[in-house]
Amino acid sequence: MNALLFLIPLALLLGLGGLAAFLWALRSGQFDDMDGAAHRILFDDDEDDWKGPRPRRD
Amino acid sequence: MVAAVTRPDPGSGAGSDPATASFDGTPMPPEGWTHCRHCGDAIAGDCCAAGHPGFCCAGCEGAFRLVNGLGLDGYYARRCLDPETRPLKPETDADAIPDYAPHVTAMEDGTASLPLLVEGLHCAACVWLIERLLAMQPGVDHARVNMTTRRLTVRWIPQADQGDTAAPDQGARRVLDPVLRVGYRLVPFDPAALGRDTDRTERALLRAMAVSGFAAGNIMLFSVSVWFGTDMSPTTRDLMHWLSALIAVPAIAYGIRPFARSAVTALRAGRANMDVPITLAVLLAAGMSLWETARGGPHAYFDAAVMLLFFLLIGRYLDSRARGRARSAAEHLLALGGHAVTVVEAGGGTRTLRPEAVPVGATVLVAVGERVGVDGTVAQGISDLDGSLITGETVPARAGPGDRVFAGTLNLSAPLRVRVDAVGDGTLLAEIVRMMEAAEQGRARYVALADRVSRLYAPVVHALALAAFLGWWLAGGLPWQEALLIAAAVLIITCPCALALAVPVVQVIASGRLLREGTFLKTATALERLREADTVVFDKTGTLTLGTPTVQPGGPDAPADPWGWSPDDLRLGAALAASSRHPLARALAAARPGTPALVGVREHPGAGLSWAGPAGETVRLGSASFCKAPADTVAAGPELWLRHGSARPVRFRFRDPLRPDAAAVVTALRARGLAVELLSGDRPATVETVARAAGIETWQAGRSPADKVAHIQALAARGRRVLMVGDGLNDAPALAAAHVSASPASAVDVSQTAADLVFQGDRLAPLLSALGVARRADRLVKQNFALAFAYNAVTIPLALAGLVTPLIAAVAMSTSSLVVITNALRLTRGAPPRPAAAATPPAAPREAPA
Repeated sequence: MNALLFLIPLALLLGLGGLAAFLWALRSGQFDDMDGAAHRILFDDDEDDWKGPRPRRD
Repeated sequence: MVAAVTRPDPGSGAGSDPATASFDGTPMPPEGWTHCRHCGDAIAGDCCAAGHPGFCCAGCEGAFRLVNGLGLDGYYARRCLDPETRPLKPETDADAIPDYAPHVTAMEDGTASLPLLVEGLHCAACVWLIERLLAMQPGVDHARVNMTTRRLTVRWIPQADQGDTAAPDQGARRVLDPVLRVGYRLVPFDPAALGRDTDRTERALLRAMAVSGFAAGNIMLFSVSVWFGTDMSPTTRDLMHWLSALIAVPAIAYGIRPFARSAVTALRAGRANMDVPITLAVLLAAGMSLWETARGGPHAYFDAAVMLLFFLLIGRYLDSRARGRARSAAEHLLALGGHAVTVVEAGGGTRTLRPEAVPVGATVLVAVGERVGVDGTVAQGISDLDGSLITGETVPARAGPGDRVFAGTLNLSAPLRVRVDAVGDGTLLAEIVRMMEAAEQGRARYVALADRVSRLYAPVVHALALAAFLGWWLAGGLPWQEALLIAAAVLIITCPCALALAVPVVQVIASGRLLREGTFLKTATALERLREADTVVFDKTGTLTLGTPTVQPGGPDAPADPWGWSPDDLRLGAALAASSRHPLARALAAARPGTPALVGVREHPGAGLSWAGPAGETVRLGSASFCKAPADTVAAGPELWLRHGSARPVRFRFRDPLRPDAAAVVTALRARGLAVELLSGDRPATVETVARAAGIETWQAGRSPADKVAHIQALAARGRRVLMVGDGLNDAPALAAAHVSASPASAVDVSQTAADLVFQGDRLAPLLSALGVARRADRLVKQNFALAFAYNAVTIPLALAGLVTPLIAAVAMSTSSLVVITNALRLTRGAPPRPAAAATPPAAPREAPA
């Protein structure tokens, strides 16, 4: 039973962490363009070559 | 939809010749270039002889050189062309590129920002290319294309050395130039006008869904331990319940808001919708569980309440997303039509304004190829105006000083100055919109099936719960707390989770499927109404026909015509016509593609074209009077005359061809038991020809917009459910009056606004597939309702008997939801009814000749 006192808060904390990560992703616009994000990864330019603009958070 | 860029096509093309290898060293394929290396269109004629081997036109060659020169040639290897999308052909005339100045906003940090809609986005490689091209322009700070919404946001620092700071558009044109030269069309839009609200509600729903999903998962952990921990002491159980309450109460308080808001609105209006029992059940379940937890009882329904909320939020989110996407696609089409108006100021300078900002009495300049943006009177200039979108007539009308012009007509042959007579309420457009609103009243009364069900369902459920409470308390002799617990269980069990999911899930899948086929559903109940349609009324020009004239065979094929032309006449006529924008001239030029334009052709607005021949004679191409042709020759339909010097004139006759599958679709509609009618504003002779060609027996000609509405209403009065298909401004009121309506994507914006369904492409087949999907969707919705009711028939007696435990409630609820969702997913299976459409290479999307 003592394990519960330790495991329950741990489980809740992990869950909350996931929730916070999702809400952060939502806020930073990562769900705005689902189609584009899926395809963008196929155009892997080398990071060093890429002097263009970085996506900026709005 | 993937098409290779160059396709070997044995049997055509020249032999291999190393000398004709293209400039970048790519050897020409042995069978020759059959498709343009830039836009992927089939090449007509000999491209090597025309000086651009491997390309369909000089513009495409320039674009290819630009992309290669910048080292972005990887684009051609990576892309896949979507035949449904506008091909990547660079604009040949500068007039067609919109003025960006009114839409550029200066940001606080000194950058300029411009929101744009991209037309011609084929695949992710296009996104990559556009972003790279922009990033290479000096000063560009941010360029990102949203592939879902097809929007592009560019931010740049205006560069003094490039002349940006002095330019009215802060250098927008300079920045966007390479993208335009590659062939994308960039149209500025007003982000405030395009569905910001939808984005916000969608995000709020997604957040609520995330919170309730998190809560549901964690509470389920505690619940499972309570259900299966048989040796659990009451103290531990209470601890679990308290922990559940700790998570559930804030999550419910957060997640219930969308439902509570809608329930309150409905109750205020004296109605009950599906959200009323949902809200009540969730709140009552949470309240009862809290009370049960406080007194240490075993019946806590936190898991059921939160899971219910989670499922419902999923349904709500999917619903809003599918409709939001269809709407943004439709808005995208609308925004493409919007244009700024050039106003001539007192000092002689010009200024661009949005049409609604132009004062009455101002003078507006309408360049060749531009749409008139206002209602007014011609002050100066003579030109031909293409009013096909407004009147439905294919042949342009001549307009001179004193003639009235209407917003939406296209100026074809010479610049005009127009004095603005009316803005806002006074315009023809506003009048049509008023007529449309009046006609729409009837449709607003339509109640969706789900709402009809819930209007019956909600009172029954509440009565049952009340009866359970009173029965157990007064007749059954239970203490009122216990009786209330049973009543709460009844509400939870009957909570229309499956019912609330039954319709949205099917709609999401149906509209997603139609969207992939290029059809946008604009209203939630469109599918339901489409299923009920029993009569289809077509408009003629632009709907049943393509709306673009083509030359009728009249040369060697039709010797009966006394004014018939020879192939030489066609060659001369096409060479003359190549330099004009008049739709008939364009049709003539298109009849002999690749004919080089003659130099020195003069355009006489409202009359025709003339050219001084090599022997000093005058060649004329135009109206009968312009060519001094005998006046007694009566022709059905539009015609152009050609006279070489004083020789006998010849006549080219034109017709507006049917959409390629019009007759097949009409037959298919008949086979499905629908009556088909044709209702047009054009002349009886033309309408009869089209009706006969399409196989339509019932037709009416010469109908005004008001006549069309009256006819639709007369049909409705006889109990017919009319599907109206139209594209012109003159159809808009009829579209609004009909039970359900559809517009091709080439229609005027007002018609697209009025229509429930907007379909893309040159074919009418999307109508058939939409009807098919509507019928299947309707069947699935009804099955879903049946499943949901069957589930209730089993569980309600259990709940009334007081036998439902939290475990049973949770299991029953989730299974019923899953069954409904699985049933709806069956709609994705099975090939859509696709007639020959997919087999033949699709024609280039139809565009306004602007």
